[in-house]
Amino acid sequence: MHYRMIGYVLGMLLVFEGLFFCVPILTAIVYGESAVWAFVAVAAICLALGGLMVWKKPTSTTLFARDGFVIAGLGWIVLSFFGALPFYISGEIPSFVDALFEAVSGFTTTGASVLSDVEALSNSMLMWRSFTHWVGGMGVLVFIMAFVPISGGQTMHIMKAESPGPSVSKLVPKVKTTAMVLYTLYLVLTLVMFVLLLFGGVNLFEALNIAFATAGTGGFAFKNSGMAEFNPYVQYVVSIGMLLFAINFGCYFMLLQKKWKEACNCELRTFLGIVAVTVTLICFNVRDQFATLEETFRHVLFTVASLISSTGFATVDYNVWPELSRTLLLMVMCIGACAGSTGGGFKVSRVIILFKSFRMELEQLIHPKQMKKVKMDGRPIEHEMVRSVSVYLVCFVLVFGVSMFVMAFDNLDLVTNFSAVLACLNNVGPGLEVAGPMSNYAVFSTPAKLVLIFDMLAGRLELFPILLLFTPSTWKR
Amino acid sequence: MNIIVVGCGKVGEALTHFLLEEGNDITVIDTDKDKVQAISERFDVMGIVGNGATRTILREANIDDADLLIAVTGSDELNLLCCLIAKKAGDCRTIARVRSPQYSQEASYIKDELGLAMVINPEWQAAREIARVLRFPWAIKVDTFSRGRVELFKFRLPEGSSLAGKKVKDIVSTLHCDVMVCTIERNNEAYIANGDFVFQERDVISAIAEPKNAEAFFKKINYKVATIHNVMIVGAGRITHYLCTLLEDSNISVKVIEREESVCETMDANHPEVTVIHADAVDQQVLLEEGVANIDAFVTLTNMDEENILLSLFVRSMNPCKLVTKINRVDYGDVISHLDLDSIVYPKQITAETIARYVRAMNQTVGSDIETLYQLIKGKVEVAEYVIKGDSALVGIPLSKLQLKDGVLIAAILRDRKCLLPRGGDIMKIGDAVVIVTNHLALQGIEDILK
Repeated sequence: MHYRMIGYVLGMLLVFEGLFFCVPILTAIVYGESAVWAFVAVAAICLALGGLMVWKKPTSTTLFARDGFVIAGLGWIVLSFFGALPFYISGEIPSFVDALFEAVSGFTTTGASVLSDVEALSNSMLMWRSFTHWVGGMGVLVFIMAFVPISGGQTMHIMKAESPGPSVSKLVPKVKTTAMVLYTLYLVLTLVMFVLLLFGGVNLFEALNIAFATAGTGGFAFKNSGMAEFNPYVQYVVSIGMLLFAINFGCYFMLLQKKWKEACNCELRTFLGIVAVTVTLICFNVRDQFATLEETFRHVLFTVASLISSTGFATVDYNVWPELSRTLLLMVMCIGACAGSTGGGFKVSRVIILFKSFRMELEQLIHPKQMKKVKMDGRPIEHEMVRSVSVYLVCFVLVFGVSMFVMAFDNLDLVTNFSAVLACLNNVGPGLEVAGPMSNYAVFSTPAKLVLIFDMLAGRLELFPILLLFTPSTWKR
Repeated sequence: MNIIVVGCGKVGEALTHFLLEEGNDITVIDTDKDKVQAISERFDVMGIVGNGATRTILREANIDDADLLIAVTGSDELNLLCCLIAKKAGDCRTIARVRSPQYSQEASYIKDELGLAMVINPEWQAAREIARVLRFPWAIKVDTFSRGRVELFKFRLPEGSSLAGKKVKDIVSTLHCDVMVCTIERNNEAYIANGDFVFQERDVISAIAEPKNAEAFFKKINYKVATIHNVMIVGAGRITHYLCTLLEDSNISVKVIEREESVCETMDANHPEVTVIHADAVDQQVLLEEGVANIDAFVTLTNMDEENILLSLFVRSMNPCKLVTKINRVDYGDVISHLDLDSIVYPKQITAETIARYVRAMNQTVGSDIETLYQLIKGKVEVAEYVIKGDSALVGIPLSKLQLKDGVLIAAILRDRKCLLPRGGDIMKIGDAVVIVTNHLALQGIEDILK
C-alpha cells in the first residue's frame, strides 16, 4: 500500500472539491442568499486540507491495483462527506445523516431524496445538488486524471476502479488524454442539452439544473412535482438526453472517428432494442390512462428512458400504472445503462455476457466436447471476463439480500423495500410504492438510510472498491 | 507522436519504456493477450490483442493517425509484412527489426524497395559494439561520433592510478592530452564534469577524444594497454556470427564454444577461420582445457544472463583479461554494475536507443538535426550529436558567452573532419557537428541547451 500516494490523490480530490463549490457560491451571490457562507466555509476547509496533503508530491508515484481500489473507495466517501457539510451547517437539512444521504445520492447520480419539500431549499443548495450529479456522473477521479500530472501506467488502476462496466479500456493511448476526451464529450453534450432546454422556454437556472442532472443521469428534481410541469418539448429533450447519456461514450468517440461499424456495437443495439420493446409494451398496457396517443408515448418514453438510464426523473406517477408496466419498469431498472456511460445499474453489456454464456452452457450440455467461446461483436470473450461478470452478479445479489434484510426492520411493505434497495444500488432514485416517484425516502429510519447510503456508493463504484475497504487483507502489508 | 509498436517482447517493452518517457503516445499490439495485459498495466499505453499485420487490427490501433510503426515481433517476415501493410493502410513511417543473417545482408535493398524508414538488427549492432570494445580493450564501452572520427570511451580508474587525486583540468594543463572528460560515475551517482572535479580511484569516467589522442592519454596515465590477439566466445548465436564476420579482417584469433552440435556445424561452415569447440562451457574443465587462463579476451554470448555472468566471474578469478558479457534483461543493470564484469552489452537497450534516436530526430525542431544519441548512464545522462543548421541562435557566439542550462556540457565540436575540444573562446559555425552531454533527458533540439 502506498499511503503517501493515496494521500496525495485524496488531497488533490479535496482541492478540486473546494473548486467545485464555486458553482453554488456564484449561484448564492447571484440570488443574494445567506447560504453562501456555508459553501465558502466548506470550500475553505477543503482547499486548506487538500492543499496541505498535496503540498509535497511523493517521490515515488507508484500505484498498484489495490491502491487504485482504495483511492476510489475512500475518495468517494471523503467527497460525499464534504459535499454534505453545506447542507448541514447551513441548517437547510438539519440531520447530518439526511444531509449525507442527499450528498451521496447526488454524487452517485442516484437522485433519491429525503426532502419532502425540495422547493423550500435555497437556489444555491439546489444548484449544488444538481452539480454533484454532473461531477459524479463521469467520475471525479477521471476528472482529476485529466488535469493532474500523475504519470505512468498505474493511473489506469484508478480509472478502472471508478469507471463503470465489466471492462474498462482507453480511447487513446494515454490515460490523461482519454480522461480529457471523455470530459470534452461530456461537456459538449451537456452544453447542447442546455441550449436546447433554453429554446424550450426554460429559464437559465432551471436549464442548468436539468442539464446537470440529465448529463450525470442523476435525477434530482428541484420541483415537488418533478418534471411534470414542463412543456412536451422539454420532456422530449430530456428523454432523448437521458438515453444519450446512458450510451457508452466510447461510441461517440468512434462516431467522431467515422468508425460507424464499431460505434453501433452489440451493447448499443441491445440497449436501444430493450428501450423500444419496453416502450411499446408499456404504451399498450397504459393506453387507457392518457387522453391521446402522443401523450401516452411521451410519458412512457420519458419514464422508460429515466429508469433504464438510472436517472430517476418523473413526469407522471408510474406507481399507479398496471402491474405489467410496473414489473417491466423494475426489470429495466435492473438492467441499467451501457458500460462506460454516466448511467448506473447492472449494465447492458453484463446482461449480454450472462445471457450468451448461459446459452453456451446449454449447448455444452448437448455437445459436451464442443469447443466454443462466448463472442461479442465478433470477438471471443475471455473466460476471465465471464467469470468476473458472474462473480459480480453473485456479489450484487448478496449485497442486495443483506440490505433487504436490514431494511425489513422498518416494517415497510416488501415492494417498497425491494424497489428502494434496487433503486439505490442501481443509482436510479425513485422506486415503487412508498419510495415511488411522487414520494421520497424520508419515511425510512436512520439505520435504513445508512444502508441505502452504502448501497448507493457500492452501486456507483460497482461494489468492489467499497467492499474492499471492509476487507481486512486490503489493509495488511 | 503516435507510435504503434507491434510485438511485446523484451525489445518491445524496452522500446515502449524509452519512447513513453519522451512523451509519445504508444499503442502496442501482440497476439499474446497476457503480454499485452502485462505491458499495458505497467505503462500508460493502449494495448490491442491481435495480429499486427492485419488491416483490421491496425485500423483498431488507429493507423490513420499514427506517425510511426515499429515491428519488433520474433519473426522477420511478419515484421516486414506489418510494415508493408501499415505503409499501405496508414501511410506512416515504418521500422522493422530484421535479424536473420540472410536478410540482413540485403538490409539496404529491403529498406529502399519496401519503403521502410529503418531496418534494425540488434544482433549486428551488439556485435559491432563488442568488436569496438575488443579493439580498445582499456575501455568498458566505446561509442562513436561522426562515423568513427571521434570516440566516446568509458573506463574505470584502477586502484593506485596516477590520475586519482588530480583535477579534471589537470588533464589538459599538466598532462597535455586532448581529451574531454564528460561524466564521472561514483557510487551510483553521475556527475557532469567541470574543471575542478577531483578524480578518485574506481571512478568510472566517460571521455571524448580522437582515437590516437585517446591512446596517447592512456599511455600517459600508465594504463595497462594490451592489444588483443586471441578471444574466446561462449555461445554461437547470431551475435557470434556477426562478431566473427567483423573480426575476420583483424588478426585476432577466435575460439567459439557451443553446446549444440548442429549450431557448431553451421558456425564452422560459415567461418572456417574460427576454431569451433563442441562442448558445454559451464563445465570448468572444458574452459581450462581450452586455455582460458591464457586468453586476452573472453566474451559470453549465451542466451542465459545468469550463465553469462557466472562464466565471466569465473574467468575473472583466474585471468585479468578483457571480459565482455551480454545481458538481455535491462532491469537489473544497477545490481550488475557492482560486479567486476568489465564491459556489459545490452542488445535490447542498443535497439531501443537506435529507434529512440530516430524518433527524436523526427521530433526535432528546425535549426538543428540530431545525428547520434547515446544514453551514457542509463536514465541519467545522455550524449547527443547535433548538426548546426543555418538559422541557429548558437552560431557565432563565443561559448563562454552562451547562457547554458545547468547540467549541460559542450563536449566536442567537429569541423572539417577535425575534432575541437571546446574552450571558452571557441564559436560554433554552420555545418559543425556538436556533441552535447546533458542530464536533461529528451532535449527537443540543440537550442534547448540555452537557459
